[in-house]
Amino acid sequence: MSFDPRIAQNRFGYGPGPGIEPPRSVRQMLDRLAGPDTQATRFPISGFVDVFGDLQEIRDLTTAFRKARNKGGDEVETTKAARKEKYREMNRKRDAWFLAAIARCCTAEDALRERLVRFWTDHFTVVGKGALFKSVASTFPEDVVRPHVTGRFADMLRASTTHPVMLHYLDQFASAGEGSKLAMNGKRSLNENLAREILELHTLGVDGSYTQTDVRAFANLLAGFAPGKEGRATYRPNWGNPGPEVVLGKSYGRQKPRVEDVFEALEDIARHPDTARHIAHKFATHFVSDDPDPDLVNALTTSFTDSDGDLMALYSTLLNHPAAWAPQQMKIKQPFDYIASALRALGVSVDTLASLKRKDRNLLFFGPLKLMGQPWESPGGPDGWPEDAAHWITPQGLAARIQWAVSAPSSFDVKLPDPRGFVQTALAGQASEATQFAARAAETRWEAIGIILSSPEFQRR
Amino acid sequence: MTKHNTLPRRSFLKNAGVLGCSLAASPLVTPVSLAATPGDHRLVVIVLRGGMDGLDLVRPVGDPLFAGLRPNLSSADPKLPLTDFHALHPAADKLHDLWTAGELAFGQAVSTPYRNKRSHFDGQDILEAGVGAGGAIRDGWLNRLVQTMPDTQLRTALAVGREDLLILSGGAATSGWSPDVTLPLSEASRLLMARVYDGDPLFSAALGEAMDLTDVLRSGLQPNADDVPDDPDDIMSDAMMMAKEHRGTRGIASFTAEMLRQDTRIASFSIGGWDTHVAQTLNFKRALSTLQDAIITLKAELGPIWAKTTVLAMTEFGRTVRQNGSKGTDHGTGGAVIMAGGAVRGRKIYGDWPGLAEEDLYNRRDLMPTADIRLYAAAAMRGLFHATPSEIENTVFPDLDLSPGLPSFIA
Repeated sequence: MSFDPRIAQNRFGYGPGPGIEPPRSVRQMLDRLAGPDTQATRFPISGFVDVFGDLQEIRDLTTAFRKARNKGGDEVETTKAARKEKYREMNRKRDAWFLAAIARCCTAEDALRERLVRFWTDHFTVVGKGALFKSVASTFPEDVVRPHVTGRFADMLRASTTHPVMLHYLDQFASAGEGSKLAMNGKRSLNENLAREILELHTLGVDGSYTQTDVRAFANLLAGFAPGKEGRATYRPNWGNPGPEVVLGKSYGRQKPRVEDVFEALEDIARHPDTARHIAHKFATHFVSDDPDPDLVNALTTSFTDSDGDLMALYSTLLNHPAAWAPQQMKIKQPFDYIASALRALGVSVDTLASLKRKDRNLLFFGPLKLMGQPWESPGGPDGWPEDAAHWITPQGLAARIQWAVSAPSSFDVKLPDPRGFVQTALAGQASEATQFAARAAETRWEAIGIILSSPEFQRR
Repeated sequence: MTKHNTLPRRSFLKNAGVLGCSLAASPLVTPVSLAATPGDHRLVVIVLRGGMDGLDLVRPVGDPLFAGLRPNLSSADPKLPLTDFHALHPAADKLHDLWTAGELAFGQAVSTPYRNKRSHFDGQDILEAGVGAGGAIRDGWLNRLVQTMPDTQLRTALAVGREDLLILSGGAATSGWSPDVTLPLSEASRLLMARVYDGDPLFSAALGEAMDLTDVLRSGLQPNADDVPDDPDDIMSDAMMMAKEHRGTRGIASFTAEMLRQDTRIASFSIGGWDTHVAQTLNFKRALSTLQDAIITLKAELGPIWAKTTVLAMTEFGRTVRQNGSKGTDHGTGGAVIMAGGAVRGRKIYGDWPGLAEEDLYNRRDLMPTADIRLYAAAAMRGLFHATPSEIENTVFPDLDLSPGLPSFIA
């Protein structure tokens, strides 16, 4: 089993699309990845620093509204309306970022990059808590994942750990070291949330060799980070814990809390053998099979360790391993990927996407994604979206996909393709006989397209 | 039911011998004994999102401080008395009928272990996960309850509505369905679809179950299964119309009742709209009307099964004791839990009253909780499904202190 362009475009991309050439070789896929991130330039999404002013404005409006509310009078209504309008503006931005994210996937030549961005974004899951942070959750992959997706794991880990949305999501901003004055006075206390999730989810994994004592010590070491001015994380030594802390058998820092000690610990944790194994297993599970080939996992583990967490080496190991090219389609496309790959197969234009009204965006995307079990940017917890096929192909999940497949394609400004051709192109020549039969036998064009997009061959990769 | 169900079922059985590894995990294809049902009782948990103001619903009009703290939110309708001390919200007339019938009770001054932060997001997670403050949010307590029950099937526990309910997620296989999913396919397309899925047991089984579930709704609405539109725009608008018909809470309650009449024993859905910071008189009434409709719909459509049914309506936290400057209330702590149903020992307010004097309040602002809300959930699972104390303490609510005793509200 080795490179096959049809497998390459589907398993490691968003599938075929009119006018998009499938990858020619592993080399070409890796070269494209190593090149510039053109999709990010073509369909921009803001970073946290860019929207910090908006958040500040909403905070100010909220303060003004509360003041007015307590005072009474005309200003209650005006401040309330101003705040509402600002939230509307943020929602428009959030919708635009969603469309940009989906457009990147639909049109990418370098589709593997988009898949990797989704993978790492889910690995370092954040959920925007409250209306304020929910509106800017899209900044996280822009700031944390895209700049490092072809770089070092340790750098992505550091960017994730210090991103304002993460600091807010996992309560790090409220955590004070146990020995800090703030904690001693009883004003603040230690919060282990982020420390625990970094060890359990982002690095060593739940089966990793850490204990509750490590979590506590690491939480004490992390204490001090908070979203700061200008939208960048800040480190407040007076919230930190007078050290040293012993995390995973190594001592960090001294009496005076310093940010450098935290970064040193993150480097070491990123390099831990359990981290290598955890990442390797998760990576193979996401791209190849819910029950990945042990030899593939071993190869990825070795690659991660030997390259000191160089992600390009990890990708190269995956794409050069025979298990990656097994013909059997073991993975189910998650709902976002399902919709993106259908738009790509249909050749829906970027302009059409951009021209959709809010109502249509809800009808065609946000509503269906929720029904399919993957509401946009709203996973259930810090462990992100589940991988297993049975989680996604539930009665409701599947019915929602079918409902979308038969009705949505007619809502875009494209002429529905001839099903007899579409069954070949959309499924890259891998259609089963039953699907080919259905494509011919369906009474109407839109039903045929719906059945093709609902077929297991299209929903699997 | 109609004939198109049979085909995917048959194909699924045919393929059941050659399950791929990805399928082993699918609850849909795990054989279950058809006869087994875990008892006759039904439990419906309604999650009230936004922080339902227990003091507005069950008004402690007998407390001399109440009217002063809530000038706009403390009137009592003499037609809706509860006890010598409590009156019901003036718009809760339908709930009052249940009270009179002995099918409604309340637990007062309850809360989850969540304290001080008062975030909806965290508060709801803690309510649904059923854990202590700071506990890991991984799965829901209703799911863990199912794990302790013998002889459960996929449809024993059911989440209804569009959202993924944390309260029902976890290791035990449960169902989920939103009645606004309509599967708008002609008979011919259904057959084609079944054929396309024939070789893939995961898809085949899910489609079969989806067709069964949509038929629960179709049977009442579409006289003829072939009577489906022949244009995608019509499909879309038809689907939307059916969706509309079923989207509301009444549709959700109606579907829930239908499933409870069949094999489902535990169901959950949520009702939002309780975050009444502003103009509470108006906003609370709106949410209350939805809740009343849901409960009344359940009662009407469950028929004789209502006698075996318990509805628990729970919220993430109560609200401030004092009304705020905009005639609303802010996030608080102690609140109320609603118990309704024929299986409930009604006409009673359970739990201790903490008082409204400033020194009796939590943080001098909120109603002081006098009981962990999980004790009410524990009492329901004990009374309805015979959950043992050790199952409750070890599996369902691992850090719950059972020593205060369970309120005995199950008849």
